[in-house]
Amino acid sequence: MSARNADVEAQLARTWSDPPGLLGWLATTDHKRVGRRYLVTAMAFFALAGMLALAMRTQLAVPGNTLVGPDRYSQLFSLHGSAMMFLFAVPVMTAMGVYLLPLMIGARAISFPRLNAFGYWMYLLGGIMIFVAFALDAGPETGWTSYVPLASSDFSAGKRTDIWSQMVNFTEVAALCVAAEVVASFMVTRAPGMRLDRIPLFVWAQLVTAFMVMFAMPSVMVASQFLQSDRQFGTHFFNPGEGGDPLLWQHLFWFFGHPEVYIIFIPALGMISSIVQTFSRRPIFGHTAMVLAMVSIGFLSFGLWVHHMFAAGLPPLGNSFYTAASMLIAIPSGVQIFCWIATLWLGRPRFATPLLFVLGFFALFVIGGLSGVMLASVPLDTQVHDTYFVVAHLHYVLIGGAVFPLIGGFYYWFPKFTGRLLSERAGKVNFWLLFVGVNLTFFPMHWLGLAGMPRRVYTYPAGLGWEWANLAATAGSYIVAGAVLLFVGNVAWSLWRGKAAGDNPWDAPDLEWATSSPPPPWNFTQVPVVEDLTPLWTAKPLQWLRGLKSDKREMLLTSIAEARPQVRWGCPDPSIWPFFSALALTLQFIWTIFDPWGWVWASIPMAIAMTIWFWPKKSEPSSD
Amino acid sequence: MTHHVLAPAADQAEAIATVWQGLFWPNLVIYLAMLAALAWALWRRRPAADEAPGLRAKHTHHWGLALLGWTVFIAATLTAYTALSFVQDRRLLAREPDALRVRVTGEQWWWQVEYPDSDPSRQVTTANELHLPVGRMARIELQSDNVIHSLWIPALNGKQDLIPGRRTEMAVTPRATGHYRGECAEFCGLQHAHMVLPVTVESPAAFAAWLDAQRAQAAPPASPSATRGKQVFESGPCALCHAISGTDAGSHAGPDLTHLASRPTLGAGALPNDRAHLLAWLADPQAHKPGTNMPDPKLSPAQLTDVVAYLEGLR
Repeated sequence: MSARNADVEAQLARTWSDPPGLLGWLATTDHKRVGRRYLVTAMAFFALAGMLALAMRTQLAVPGNTLVGPDRYSQLFSLHGSAMMFLFAVPVMTAMGVYLLPLMIGARAISFPRLNAFGYWMYLLGGIMIFVAFALDAGPETGWTSYVPLASSDFSAGKRTDIWSQMVNFTEVAALCVAAEVVASFMVTRAPGMRLDRIPLFVWAQLVTAFMVMFAMPSVMVASQFLQSDRQFGTHFFNPGEGGDPLLWQHLFWFFGHPEVYIIFIPALGMISSIVQTFSRRPIFGHTAMVLAMVSIGFLSFGLWVHHMFAAGLPPLGNSFYTAASMLIAIPSGVQIFCWIATLWLGRPRFATPLLFVLGFFALFVIGGLSGVMLASVPLDTQVHDTYFVVAHLHYVLIGGAVFPLIGGFYYWFPKFTGRLLSERAGKVNFWLLFVGVNLTFFPMHWLGLAGMPRRVYTYPAGLGWEWANLAATAGSYIVAGAVLLFVGNVAWSLWRGKAAGDNPWDAPDLEWATSSPPPPWNFTQVPVVEDLTPLWTAKPLQWLRGLKSDKREMLLTSIAEARPQVRWGCPDPSIWPFFSALALTLQFIWTIFDPWGWVWASIPMAIAMTIWFWPKKSEPSSD
Repeated sequence: MTHHVLAPAADQAEAIATVWQGLFWPNLVIYLAMLAALAWALWRRRPAADEAPGLRAKHTHHWGLALLGWTVFIAATLTAYTALSFVQDRRLLAREPDALRVRVTGEQWWWQVEYPDSDPSRQVTTANELHLPVGRMARIELQSDNVIHSLWIPALNGKQDLIPGRRTEMAVTPRATGHYRGECAEFCGLQHAHMVLPVTVESPAAFAAWLDAQRAQAAPPASPSATRGKQVFESGPCALCHAISGTDAGSHAGPDLTHLASRPTLGAGALPNDRAHLLAWLADPQAHKPGTNMPDPKLSPAQLTDVVAYLEGLR
């Protein structure tokens, strides 16, 4: 690339490098390093939570099994659900955003890079806390939904539920940090010329997700604070005997919990769009319709939570309203499916592994979507709610709708992350193994639910006809485990021996492919100028803008709608203090599980760490 | 024992099965059509054109119309689904004035079942069994004062939660005699898996006879062993939690045992109800239902035999 200049790059390397050694490792604010950590951590929690699922499936392989007792089983499914939702699905999706979003919009760094590092440490420490608790037999025991009164101190004595609730707080902090970064990055750090109509769908998806996080997370934050207050101080938010109401928990939880599903799913929509576009070799059909569909899913998802409570005896007309609202979400989903299929039709598909996983998404997610439409119906929901039918539905939606696109995205962006391609041959085997395994595990569960098997039972008697389906599901879960192992093996082998990727191995159209693989710490040596929705597919070569300093961490801020250059911004240096702040807040979160004085004493180290973190640095004011 | 959503034996389950049929088949067609469209998009014959990426589509106008049509189709289908759901939901909400009243209370982890009567002496209290007459609507009032449970009898109706501080209700109008499995569907703690409510739907005459039998006081002990067993029951730990009408045992912390021997299961579905299992249960309840609130009664082998002899006679 002509814009690359050896002298400038050498200076940029000095300016943007992290301090050496452990200090640099802890202090880095490079969104790519933090993003990689997020990804690896999330995959580690995915593997751990997957092992919990294997233990559950092994227990349920045969009726009357006594391998796992009821107490441990409660912890298994509670932590499996909690870890998959809070420690894998949401963070892994934001991790992709943290890594890719600045690259896709042509920025040198993410906005609020220190906050980004802080959020990651909170997430990591919270995840470690809950798994250590599980190892010490203090894992959560009331399901990932933690319904009161079962989760109240009367029925869940000890600290298990407090630790769960605090883990939720850890992940909320992390998620809100990322949400703020994504929104600010989207608003003001886009490359000049990247007007609102030229923004890749992946970036839109991250924006919609970030706004949803900002509105959904406070709800569960309130809920978990009420819960801890009830448990520790004897308040009565959820106690019906003193004027509280157990249903208040369900409303607060699901007002977060339903959008949560879309917080996981919408980034996946962005990944699918990127992959479909690249591998059909055509711009996505109906770009505007796709953006509107994502935004409307974001809004609608806040209006459906009551469909998780159809069996709770709420007023019938209200329930019917939520039936209609829940059904509505099938419209934007259908629009998106249409646009992707149209893009594939108009293009010339290339069947590489990322596209295979997206095709797997179509086959699996649409099953989950259609069973979701059935769950929206009040009468039908009262039958299949809280049964294995719902277990099947949610896994088809989450695995089909999020994990398949994610793994497809991983195969797609791995060359950008590492500079090497994943093995295509192993990738295809990986796809088929996972596809077969997931169907064998979860398809029979639809039938099990209809045949009367409730969820969250640690055993079931022989003679009800449930044996074959449970055995099939267990066999399938082992195939899924094999597929995950193969994926890990492929990553390890390809890191060592994979084919060198080059800047743009897939002939993709977006800006992240306009820099080297892996990108340098400063992402782009000059600022790319965007004149098209698919900038690398235009006949005209990409234009670059000079003028950013290379002896200071500088990036260009642009206007919200038109992305006109506005100011040069001095990007913060790496700092160890976000790490220490996270340690201090962790101290506070864990201390307060056991003693309310933790709120007081642990604020002291936190105040010190944050004061140093936010101490104004001497710098010349930025100018345009 | 029937327990399948799609083998309805009551008006309510029938209405829900209608919704299932009305949604499942169109959904199946939509799914297959989607797969077909996808396959066509992927493998259609393409003119030998430039393979270079980034070509703009030429026929976007037609595709825009198709998208509009597709959106209208989805909206129409969803409207039909919602209408079907709404209409059938009103069948679930219908109530008849002469319905049988039953009150079911969720405990950790068993069900208390009561048949209220304006005459208190004719009221019936039992546990872990529900009898209903065929062809007559029963209004089942649901309550809990501990955690949330959910009563689910798949062959008769969808589930309804039992929520502390609230009264909920479900109606069932059984149309076929037989035995149906009911169970708790909302996770309620350690022994959620063993919270079964066997349901017997019988002719009105058989139901009336059963209800009369339940109104009777407990059978007196029929053997010396049983007599000793009754004594142990009344003076030992059993009476602290259990009631047997007509005796000194009157606590309602645990299931009422007045007609224990006529019930199908022990421990709300943990064990079948026969002599051997009753012995095993009393010898060590935690072994068969780990976490149950019933402690080990710590009876000597002789006391155990006597208590079982007494309980066996409580038909």
